[in-house]
Amino acid sequence: MEPPVLSVRGLRAHFVTRERTVKAVDGISYDLAPGRTLAIVGESGSGKSVHALSILGLLPTPPAKIVAGEILFQGRDLLKMPPSELRAVRGNRVAMIFQEPMTSLNPVLRVGEQIAEAVVLHQKKSQAEARAKAIELLRKVGIPHPDKRVDDYPHQFSGGMRQRAMIAIALSCEPDVLIADEPTTALDVTIQAQILELMKTLQKEFKTAIILITHNIGVVAEMADDVVVMYAGRAVETAPVGELFRNPRHPYTRGLLASVPSIYERKERLEAIGGQPPDLGAGDIPGCPFAARCPVAEARCKTDDPPQFSLPGGRMTACWKAEAEGAERTHRFAPVKGAAS
Amino acid sequence: MSPTPILEVRGLKKHFAARSGLFEEKATVKAVDGVSFSVMPQESFAVVGESGCGKTTLGKLVLALERPTEGSILFEGRDVGAMSRAELKAMRSRLQVIFQDPYSSLDPRMTVAQIIAEPWDIHGLHKNPAERAKRLHKLLDDCGIAKSFLDRHPHEFSGGQRQRVGIARALALEPKLIVADEPVSALDVSIQAQVLNLLKDLQKEHQLAYLFISHDFSVVRHLCTRIAVMYLGRVVETADSETLFNDPQHPYTEALLSAVPVPDPAVEKRRKRILLSGDVPSPLKPPPGCRFHPRCRYAVDSCRVSDPALDEARPGHAAACAVLPFKDRRSDAALVAL
Repeated sequence: MEPPVLSVRGLRAHFVTRERTVKAVDGISYDLAPGRTLAIVGESGSGKSVHALSILGLLPTPPAKIVAGEILFQGRDLLKMPPSELRAVRGNRVAMIFQEPMTSLNPVLRVGEQIAEAVVLHQKKSQAEARAKAIELLRKVGIPHPDKRVDDYPHQFSGGMRQRAMIAIALSCEPDVLIADEPTTALDVTIQAQILELMKTLQKEFKTAIILITHNIGVVAEMADDVVVMYAGRAVETAPVGELFRNPRHPYTRGLLASVPSIYERKERLEAIGGQPPDLGAGDIPGCPFAARCPVAEARCKTDDPPQFSLPGGRMTACWKAEAEGAERTHRFAPVKGAAS
Repeated sequence: MSPTPILEVRGLKKHFAARSGLFEEKATVKAVDGVSFSVMPQESFAVVGESGCGKTTLGKLVLALERPTEGSILFEGRDVGAMSRAELKAMRSRLQVIFQDPYSSLDPRMTVAQIIAEPWDIHGLHKNPAERAKRLHKLLDDCGIAKSFLDRHPHEFSGGQRQRVGIARALALEPKLIVADEPVSALDVSIQAQVLNLLKDLQKEHQLAYLFISHDFSVVRHLCTRIAVMYLGRVVETADSETLFNDPQHPYTEALLSAVPVPDPAVEKRRKRILLSGDVPSPLKPPPGCRFHPRCRYAVDSCRVSDPALDEARPGHAAACAVLPFKDRRSDAALVAL
């Protein structure tokens, strides 16, 4: 297997204010191989978007603070990179598309100019070359009459076309890693199908590795090779997509998968997970953050925080039940010592 | 003789005046453009469609929050358009609504008790404090809200808890029909499942009918027994839920179902997807002929000129398409069946 293009190790990103500390991301580790798609799934407040923003150094600091971890891009730690070098990576080798295509495009710049911007900046092309490249990219992402639409403003594009334009910007420098944060959540389902198909086609062409952040379990099933399930800021389970759906090991993953309605079967009742996710700003949770809602929690789950256990097939689960079944604590994913500056 | 529908909608139209640009001519948005259906007592009827198809406007028309341009709405057999203000108010105690956004639909300055009891104040009901407290507690119980919430304010609760308060408020007047406009789309999936189960339980216990407005086929399949699919202001197909999912007849329904991702990677690998080209056309300028023809892979020349009517070719199953329905089809078209 090829070496990973991106490795995240024990990442912790906290928001520190005078009143309280919110541990928005509190332990996530994974490897992303070239050309693969890793889905990060979790509900609101699970830390999936904050984790993505920390990869690109886009978190406002303060109040945010990366308190531990490494983000290795082609072997180099993005967290330790000087700002000028990080700028050369961001938008160039690692690009991002956001959920809301209207607010992430500049309304007073023509779509073509926004695509050309990255090309001029990172590839040192002339304005004319960059414009030609913008037209080519718009054609690639399926915008009709790209030579005319290149001069449109974002408001002249529909929601689906805006997301296509965002993808064109993100792919303009043929990045090694594309981070897509809920790229289809704001779109209708027929448009979502178009955009997901487009991402798959372009991934094949450019061999881009994709980090797909989503709450939609159906999208995970369609797109992902590997999955990280997040809960309350932590990665609670990591597995290849087929294994995860066939045999989920963490009780939260089991609950999450069972609670999703499907168009293929009509269940009399959905298996809801009782209760609410914990408030991450209300102080430290002793024990496992899922224990209060967990159907199989034992006494120890409420007092001792479970470490991450490695399972066969490159899987991981952060649940004491795995230890009882003979799994070993992982060392690779152990929290990184000390706090990074 | 079949029982009277609790809600009957006949040839309903709602047109809005609009300008497409600063200097352009006045235009008309035909948000709802000739919709008919009926909902039986205790039935859960879904209206499904993508943004801009007119489903929310339809909900507002049914709630008499908008006046129709044409057509009529009958609630328990009586024409809503002909009702006096007093009659409308009386009707509204039997016809309630649950909104999409549990954040903006609860008054932040009222306590949970005040929010749930406000409908009683408006309708002058249950003035006896002991009786009121008893009813309040019953509603809390039914909706899974802890008693300790009563004197607290909405901001102290999560989205799912707020939506339960919104549901309790809708139930306070013991309605017969609830219009629910995307009631779970703002909620996380594990919370969405709780609320869907609650809606199902309440329907049985309170003998409710739902008019459920949604873009989410998976949710609709779970909750609803009959479905109308809307596209650009029109109903393009209606059927009972099982029939619609297993044997869709309109090309739009077929494509829509195939576009819904299924939470199972094994299924996702096997299934074929019909990708619709382009976007939904602007309702300012709906295409001539069949409104779906520019995106339809079965379209023939006649589709560009003649607008197909909703045709109930099988009992209870109607589709508005001149080409596809109820004929032998290419085998790859039957994608939705596994």
